[in-house]
Amino acid sequence: MRITCPLCGERDRREFYYKGHAVSLNRPEPDAGEEVWDNYVYLRDNPAGETRDLWYHEGGCGAWIEVTRNTVTHEITATQLVSEETS
Amino acid sequence: MRVAGKGLLDYSKPVTFSFDGVNYTGLEGDTLASALLANEVRLVGRSFKYHRPRGILTAGSEEPNALVTVGQGGRQEPNVRATMQELYEGLSARSQNRGLSLQFDPMAITDLAAPFLGAGFYYKTFMWPRAFWEKLYEPIIRRAAGLGALSGEDNADVYDKAYAFCDLLVIGSGPAGLMAALVAGRAGADVILAEEDSRMGGRLLAETQEFDGKPGHVWADEVLTELRSMDNVRLMTRTAVTGAYDGGTFGALERVRHHLGSRPAGAPIETFWRIASKRAVLAAGALERPVAFRNNDRPGIMTAGAVRTYLNRWGVAPGQRVAVFGNTNDIHRTARDLLDAGVHVAGVIDSRHDGPTSEDYPVYRGAQVSNSAGRKALESITIRSASGEQNLHADCLAMSGGWNPTVHLTCHMNGRPTWKREIESFVPTPGAIPGMEAAGACNGTFSTAACLREGAEVVTRALADLGHTAPKVTQPRAEDDAYEIAPLWAVPGKGRAWLDFQNDVTVKDVKQAAVENFRSVEHMKRYTTQGMATDQGKNSNVAALAILADATGRGIPETGTTTFRPPYSPVPIAALGAGGTGKSFAAERFTTSHAANVERGAPLIEAGLWYRPSYFTKAGETTWRESCDREVGYVRNAVGVADVSTLGKIDVQGKDAGQFLDFVYTNMFSSLKVGRTRYGLMLREDGFVMDDGTTARLGENHYVMTTTTAGAGDVMKHLEFVNQALRRDLDVQFTSVTEQWAQFAVAGPKSREVLDALLDQPLTDEDWPFMACGPVKVLGVDARLFRISFSGEHAYEVAVPARYGDSLFRLLAKKAEALGGGVYGMEALNVLRIEKGFITHSEIHGRTTAYDIGMGRMVSAKKDCIGKTMTQRPGLEEPGREVLVGLKPVDTNGQVLAGAHLYKQGDEPVRTNDQGYLTSVCHSPTLGHMLALGFMADGRERHGEIVKMVDGLRGVETLCEVVDPVFFDQQGERVRG
Amino acid sequence: MDKLSALSPCSGLLPLTIGAAKVVEVEPGHLTSVAPYNRQHDKLSKAMKAVCGVAYPQANGLTRDGDTQAIWFGHAQAILVGPAADAGLAKHAALTDQSDAWAVVTLSGDAAEDVLARLVPVDVRLAHFAVGQAVRTQLMHLSVSLARVDEGTFQIMAFRSMAHTLVHDLKTAMEAVAARG
Repeated sequence: MRITCPLCGERDRREFYYKGHAVSLNRPEPDAGEEVWDNYVYLRDNPAGETRDLWYHEGGCGAWIEVTRNTVTHEITATQLVSEETS
Repeated sequence: MRVAGKGLLDYSKPVTFSFDGVNYTGLEGDTLASALLANEVRLVGRSFKYHRPRGILTAGSEEPNALVTVGQGGRQEPNVRATMQELYEGLSARSQNRGLSLQFDPMAITDLAAPFLGAGFYYKTFMWPRAFWEKLYEPIIRRAAGLGALSGEDNADVYDKAYAFCDLLVIGSGPAGLMAALVAGRAGADVILAEEDSRMGGRLLAETQEFDGKPGHVWADEVLTELRSMDNVRLMTRTAVTGAYDGGTFGALERVRHHLGSRPAGAPIETFWRIASKRAVLAAGALERPVAFRNNDRPGIMTAGAVRTYLNRWGVAPGQRVAVFGNTNDIHRTARDLLDAGVHVAGVIDSRHDGPTSEDYPVYRGAQVSNSAGRKALESITIRSASGEQNLHADCLAMSGGWNPTVHLTCHMNGRPTWKREIESFVPTPGAIPGMEAAGACNGTFSTAACLREGAEVVTRALADLGHTAPKVTQPRAEDDAYEIAPLWAVPGKGRAWLDFQNDVTVKDVKQAAVENFRSVEHMKRYTTQGMATDQGKNSNVAALAILADATGRGIPETGTTTFRPPYSPVPIAALGAGGTGKSFAAERFTTSHAANVERGAPLIEAGLWYRPSYFTKAGETTWRESCDREVGYVRNAVGVADVSTLGKIDVQGKDAGQFLDFVYTNMFSSLKVGRTRYGLMLREDGFVMDDGTTARLGENHYVMTTTTAGAGDVMKHLEFVNQALRRDLDVQFTSVTEQWAQFAVAGPKSREVLDALLDQPLTDEDWPFMACGPVKVLGVDARLFRISFSGEHAYEVAVPARYGDSLFRLLAKKAEALGGGVYGMEALNVLRIEKGFITHSEIHGRTTAYDIGMGRMVSAKKDCIGKTMTQRPGLEEPGREVLVGLKPVDTNGQVLAGAHLYKQGDEPVRTNDQGYLTSVCHSPTLGHMLALGFMADGRERHGEIVKMVDGLRGVETLCEVVDPVFFDQQGERVRG
Repeated sequence: MDKLSALSPCSGLLPLTIGAAKVVEVEPGHLTSVAPYNRQHDKLSKAMKAVCGVAYPQANGLTRDGDTQAIWFGHAQAILVGPAADAGLAKHAALTDQSDAWAVVTLSGDAAEDVLARLVPVDVRLAHFAVGQAVRTQLMHLSVSLARVDEGTFQIMAFRSMAHTLVHDLKTAMEAVAARG
């Protein structure tokens, strides 16, 4: 598996650390309530198809990257620096 | 027998080798298999289960029978395929899985018991009594059945791994692969051509057909000469592409030194390549399938393609009277090649009624071979036709049931091949591996001319994807015969007809599986062992599932195939693990005091990747405890010196640095004064403790954070995540400075005395109160000093640039020793912190909250921070939670053990009565007994209670008093003194 | 009189020549991590050019002026090699002294690319890794900065504490390549 780091270019998967779904980017307000926080910290979908998740280029530039990939075909369709996301 | 004038090898270069202790002579360029056949050695092994005599079946990596052991001791390699082992001077090979000798194997008696040993025999028979399986049945079966064995010694060979990159990977160097590589090479693409064989050319080396009037192998050599001259083409021989993975990644095994007798030090025997390629052309060819008939496993019975290979490539006739049996025109090609070489063709048995005839040899049309006879090698065959059965003398039978495209790699990403009726076999399903396309025989395209054409077509598409224009390459004129096949899987009749030679699976076994309702091909495989072991059913899978399809009344496409997974051909674990053994297993991190620690003979303990001293033994000390107690005494009574450089140190700068720290720590750092240090607690977002450490404020916008040794990497990842993802509004930058500074704890009542001897300015209480920090000069060198303590004593940590670490450590040690102190190791450090109730990752092990460790009040109410919301969940602060306590044995000689559990005195020690557990223990020389930290339900309200510690594993029970976790100097007077 | 003496990260380990590859330790002078503050990248680059002679490098590259190098060092970070960083740059970037943090070596010789192909999961062939290219990657288990400083020479920076492992890994690969002939 190869991931294109927006800074370093295409690299072997071994250089990356996997965190989990990109929902981690959307941290709720402290008073958002139990359900919202439960969703944020614990609940994850398990889609067959496109998903977005977060990878850390630990063996490279140290950038956090959002990877859009297909869990069925393993195709990676987009990668983006988390620090450049427009949210 | 060698046939004069035939073969592509040099007759002037003899090579001596031995097989089972007998010396033979072969030629340079031979494989062990071709050399054995040249020496008329036909019996080469005993079969897996029934110990039947077996000979060479094929000429390639799919060989199921001719497995031998090469080498001795740590270099002993079992299950080497004789068809792949190239000959070298002095090669010594031994046969496997036989009793006294290959010729006389008492275990062959199992063959007589065969009627009882069919599919599922072991499962059904050795069920009872249960205890007998492990002790009796399995050892016997393991001795009786099997392939080669390892020596049991450590592998003495060197393996390595390597990375390669290209735009186009061409797998296989037959006509289609060579054509693809040639077109791509001329187009200027970045090409790797990988070939499993020692020589490129594929079937062109094995056939006599002509290209533009010259032998095919000559054309191959011309193409290879041109490819070798191109800088953009890399040729990799002896390199089997073994797996296709996501993103254009391929695994490949290169056999680097198996063909050489010498093993210089450091020279790898195999290299495992990871090849990243944008596009790939699979030109892996096809594998010929045997026909199942009674006793079709006798030595001398081979695939027809292998017979031609031995004849045309190695100049070896595998027999003197050869019969040919099959269902395609390949049988006549085989007969003609043999005749041309002067070998007697005893007859051609064509299962088709409408096949061609010949005036040069007898042809039996519409006939089948129904049995074979001979002692340890073929002597005659039985031919069955409409007119009955007749015997024919032959010492070799070339058989062909048709060809199976080598689709394996196309299935490695869960693709399934497609049945193609015209060739009675499976072909790759297009798109099964993104970026890879099949060409030639592996795509079910069998004529040479069509292979050349398809190789060029497929590569032209790949080149277009890569932005190259394919040049026009003239295709040589070559054979373009039609492939006419009539299905022929098994010849009906009594007796055992072999499918999987390697696992001794017969037609009957597959039918039995179907009868017992193992109808799924995957179930049939596991019930019969069909398609397992080194050849993975390359010779037998298609035929086996044709028989299963027939037995279950389904078509072959509906029956489906088993799953082909990597590797395509066997890859030693040693090759996959190359670069992962010995010192290469993991990086070693050494502190700057490492050399001094080693000189002092300190045993080293791993902490993360770091190597830290456990304790420093002095003359007369016989146990580690004596050393540890002495070192603790240094710190409590005089002064101790320890290297603490392994703690993570992160430099945090920027105008929002304070706010950033407020967000990642539970407590406040923006309010910390410049020149002061504060202990901080870091949570995960789920509210549990992640890490802890002190952070010093060196300037208005400048902090340096410390992390635990083990947590440094995770904290860095976490900070980067918070900075890049969650708090982009904050202007802050940070970088690890763990490596920049060598940092030493100087602890104990005389610590200031030691430092004053080395600092340019003496320390004063006014300028350096507890938790002060700031710049100092150590012997003229810019350094940092922190008045912090992990021992509860008056203590400092001094940091110098790492280049001075070795020097400063030695000086500190000398000064401390002059004052009745000295250096201390991890054991003493651990005792000192347990005596003070300080926590480490033994306590913040991932399941404890700030509340649990007694730091609930450190979660500031004034601000948000990571983990704050979740740590306030009611369940995490409710009565009954296990919280940090100290424990000391009621009897001062009592023993406490980490990992032991706590129970009320009268309770039975069972799970439902569990009150908590111990995380850290030590013997305290200061207090004269053992101490423990642990977690206990409602522990903070239970100080003074006597509980029972039970270690079921080690059989220890100790009554303990629950106490405050701070055992020593509870008022903290010493640290400020 | 007590005195602190300095040791280089690879002291006692290098130089090393095996086959057609050679590794030597480099004494780089000062190493300063330069991490630009928010929206300061361009100003920083200009200031660096003015006071150090080298602009802030592009991703995967380095800038160079005589013995001064600015090597791209990852996400929002470069490392200034050679002279001490001018304090004026602190307006635009976090400056952190890392002079003792990194072992700096060069690998050169005809076998250098083959040696790296056994250690580093990136394409180091000249056509794909030109002079002046500087990447962050892994050398075996080590996090490294790898730069091609001239056609036949790579500069490798690894954590000081792992200098032993760096040399061990290089030596193992150099032996493997040399043994293939």
